[in-house]
Amino acid sequence: MDITFENVTYIYQHNTPFEHKALENLSFHIESGSFVAVVGHTGSGKSTLISHLNGLSIPTKGKVRIGDYSLSKEHKPGDMKELRSRVGVVFQYPEHQLFEETVEKDIAFGPENFGVSEREIKKRIQEVIPAVGLPESMLERSPFDLSGGQMRRVAIAGVLAVKPDVLVLDEPTAGLDPRGQKEIMDMFYRLHKEQGLTTILVTHSMEDALKYADHVMILNKGTKYLEGKPEDVFIQKEALNQVQLDVPEIVQFLISFEQKFKTAIPYQKQSVEEIARQVQRVVIGDELL
Amino acid sequence: MNNSLIIGQYVPGDSLVHRLDPRTKITIIFFYVFIVFFANNLPSYGILILFALSSMLTSRVPIRFIMKGLTPVWFLIIFTFILHLFVTKEGNVIFNFWIFEFYSGGVIQGIAISTRFFLLILVTSLLTLTTTPIEITDAIEDMLRPLNKIKFPVHELALMMSISLRFIPTLMQETEKISRAQASRGVDFRTGPVKERIKAVVPLLVPLFVSAFKRAEELAMAMEARGYQGGEGRSKLRELKIEKIDIFVYFIFVLVIMILFATRTYG
Ligand SMILES: Nc1ncnc2c1ncn2[C@@H]1O[C@H](COP(=O)(O)OP(=O)(O)OP(=O)(O)O)[C@@H](O)[C@H]1O
Ligand SMILES: [Mg+2]
Repeated sequence: MDITFENVTYIYQHNTPFEHKALENLSFHIESGSFVAVVGHTGSGKSTLISHLNGLSIPTKGKVRIGDYSLSKEHKPGDMKELRSRVGVVFQYPEHQLFEETVEKDIAFGPENFGVSEREIKKRIQEVIPAVGLPESMLERSPFDLSGGQMRRVAIAGVLAVKPDVLVLDEPTAGLDPRGQKEIMDMFYRLHKEQGLTTILVTHSMEDALKYADHVMILNKGTKYLEGKPEDVFIQKEALNQVQLDVPEIVQFLISFEQKFKTAIPYQKQSVEEIARQVQRVVIGDELL
Repeated sequence: MNNSLIIGQYVPGDSLVHRLDPRTKITIIFFYVFIVFFANNLPSYGILILFALSSMLTSRVPIRFIMKGLTPVWFLIIFTFILHLFVTKEGNVIFNFWIFEFYSGGVIQGIAISTRFFLLILVTSLLTLTTTPIEITDAIEDMLRPLNKIKFPVHELALMMSISLRFIPTLMQETEKISRAQASRGVDFRTGPVKERIKAVVPLLVPLFVSAFKRAEELAMAMEARGYQGGEGRSKLRELKIEKIDIFVYFIFVLVIMILFATRTYG
């Protein structure tokens, strides 16, 4: 589903002394099937942006379009269920939403609410459990007896079992071990490719944004600061530092390399091996190759 | 978040009312609530209204916000007024409507009682609007200190109060967060038959309790780790202190009481 924001402003606790403008005049377009990373300093409005994608928040001003849905103050659909079954959201720390007696029941909760048949649910559980890297023996356990990382996987499985068209991920790997982070991100990327999902990833990791996304948007204080291809956005060191962000390590390496060796190696999303070869070429010349 | 009920909602500020010692505010409000019931004619009500309104203006809390927060109470005030209009049968009949007769006494009574009501709510919500919950508990702890003599656990009570107050917003945020997460999983809290809506509360309450217990445990651990062992010998970060300004306000208030008793009718 295509997603469009048109001059969206969102104000928390509007018309009280506590009102807080979290998004301001934000416009962008996300094409169906793309993988978009949203990056920004803490408090820049990323989670607020995300809550507009399945109608949890309605813009104070402006309009949000998701597929055929149009959400604005003047026009909001009475029933969000359809929309919410097509846009799956993995919230920050999704393990806080677990409540059922067993892992299996908790995963089935979403699909049940959206009217998926029992047989189909059983089938989907068989699919998502290995996808999130949980053993099947865990299905009968209480979600509250699991480790934090396992709980996270259960919560993610619960969202995937709904089979959404749009997958929204709010820092899905925050607080996991590095290996688990990679596993989960690779899993999301695979699903994205295999099922042609539209994926929106909020992350603090420039590395992840660079690796998985084909479009990056940088937020700053509720407004769009930079937008474009990751390899174009992530080389702008000064601009990023201005909003308390850093360039990915690999870009930092190329910048330092240029300072030391007075030769620039432009970053074009090449692999680490390719960069090693280019470095070799600069340092010892072509003839040794 | 629904913030229409302002009781317990602090509005930051630096006005005279904000700066008053919380004990001063509590004491004055305590007596104010008491003397409101002594007013019985125009001037005596007048002085009370004057005091309440000028406190409100001095506090510089936006009037629009105070009034909005009073909306749930307006209903009660109007209800009281109408009730008196219908049931009080004193004075002369001033007009007839259908089978009802309205007496002048009813109108006067209605106005008087709903004014009292309005003043009480206004003044007490002014306390919570201009005083942080922590200040209020500090003040209460201080004012109840004499009860320590009869082994009443004043410090523990105050600690319980301040912890609960501290965690009300956290719990509300948590509720909001979890209900959003469950709404995304297809729970409908707003529409549908009552039975379904009651069932929808389970996915909200279970995570809420789980996190509240976890939080309580963590807090207890953190307090112990920082050497907390009860009120004995514990010093305070914020010392309460009566300033000149408090004395001045007490003085004004005593003046109000004197005017009230001088103008009310006796017998
Ligand atoms: N319920 C709320 N009421 C009032 N203000 C809020 C509320 N939720 C968020 N805000 C404010 O809106 C701003 C944006 O918040 P948001 O949660 O979208 O940030 P974020 O970019 O997701 O940050 P983080 O990286 O820390 O998750 C913040 O300044 C925050 O204080
Ligand atoms: Mg966030």
